[in-house]
Amino acid sequence: MSGFFALVGRDIRIALRQFSDTMMVIVFFVIAAALFPFGVGPEPNLLARMAPGILWVTALLAAMLSFDRLFQNDYDDGTLELLVIAPQPLWMTALAKIIAHWLTTGLPLLVASPVIGIMLNLEPRGFGVLIAAMALGTAIISLVGALGAALSLGSRRSGVLLSLLVLPLVIPVLIFGAGAVDAAIGGFPATQQLLVLGGLLLGCIVVCPWGCAVALRLAAD
Amino acid sequence: MAGIARPAAGNISWQGTPISEDPEMFFARMHYVGHRDAVKPALTVRENLSFHAALRPGPTDIDAALDRVDLAALADLPARMLSAGQTRRLTLARILATPAPLWLLDEPTIALDYRAVDRLRGAIDDHRAGGGIIVASTNVPLGIDDATTIDLAAHAPEIDALWGDESTGEPAEDVR
Repeated sequence: MSGFFALVGRDIRIALRQFSDTMMVIVFFVIAAALFPFGVGPEPNLLARMAPGILWVTALLAAMLSFDRLFQNDYDDGTLELLVIAPQPLWMTALAKIIAHWLTTGLPLLVASPVIGIMLNLEPRGFGVLIAAMALGTAIISLVGALGAALSLGSRRSGVLLSLLVLPLVIPVLIFGAGAVDAAIGGFPATQQLLVLGGLLLGCIVVCPWGCAVALRLAAD
Repeated sequence: MAGIARPAAGNISWQGTPISEDPEMFFARMHYVGHRDAVKPALTVRENLSFHAALRPGPTDIDAALDRVDLAALADLPARMLSAGQTRRLTLARILATPAPLWLLDEPTIALDYRAVDRLRGAIDDHRAGGGIIVASTNVPLGIDDATTIDLAAHAPEIDALWGDESTGEPAEDVR
């Protein structure tokens, strides 16, 4: 287990040392969301109606920016070979990297989303559910994105390939995430949507680290 | 041989057990140094080394390893400030920080100056004196006594048969 925590700690430390890379994702999130009022007009009711969708789509696109460096740096400098031959299960290594990724990307997105919600005139009723759904959703995005990043390792133009792989897979997150916030705004309970997101998260926790391990082993081969 | 790539034919065993059956047991007893240094420029020398040591079981001695490769004075410097030779020495410190009976060294002398090569030779001698096994591929003679040398150029026809037209003239030293 010491290797697990060492890996999480190392990735967080690297993310903090290269703070501009981490901030880039958040800045993209804020700027992309801020473009919508210019595009669709600053009408408050219209923005309030669109806010959940805008938040989820821009958060998803911002997260996509962070996946190319999840395994790529380790792959380039030879660390990945050593992780593959480290005496701990490779799925644990993958899970450690995914947790570190969520802490350095998903968590900042989660923190930034209420601020953008205010900017987009999101109904106050929606904030609690927004944060709960975002917490579940960003974790799923980290898991699925890591799987995509591991599969596209070593290919040319892996960034484009990664988006093609991951974006269709996270459509359910988008549907139920935005649906939960919409339901809360409309005064309905969002329990169902949150439960579906929770179920998706549990499924991904089982499948994605294992899939990552297979893909990483292939990439190092 | 490290278990990264799958063998084209046959299998590799460690103490009678094929490594594909219990890879983690084998990995815990093996150190591998590849062409690439696996050094993170954003981390300090010590952080780089402790990370790799934490991945492995067994006692860890970071300071002794840094001392051994003469990097103790640079321990708290970010690794991006290191020269190519110093980076390579940091990579070699990795195999000294935690014990393992088998060392697989892929051209360990790249970028090293003659003093560092002397030091590496000393570490190899100590490892062998302690009963360790070393398999190294090298372009320059490492100057190790009674090493078994496999000259791959002599096996070129067999290698050609395995890999098609790819040829290699790299002599390997197998030290036991």
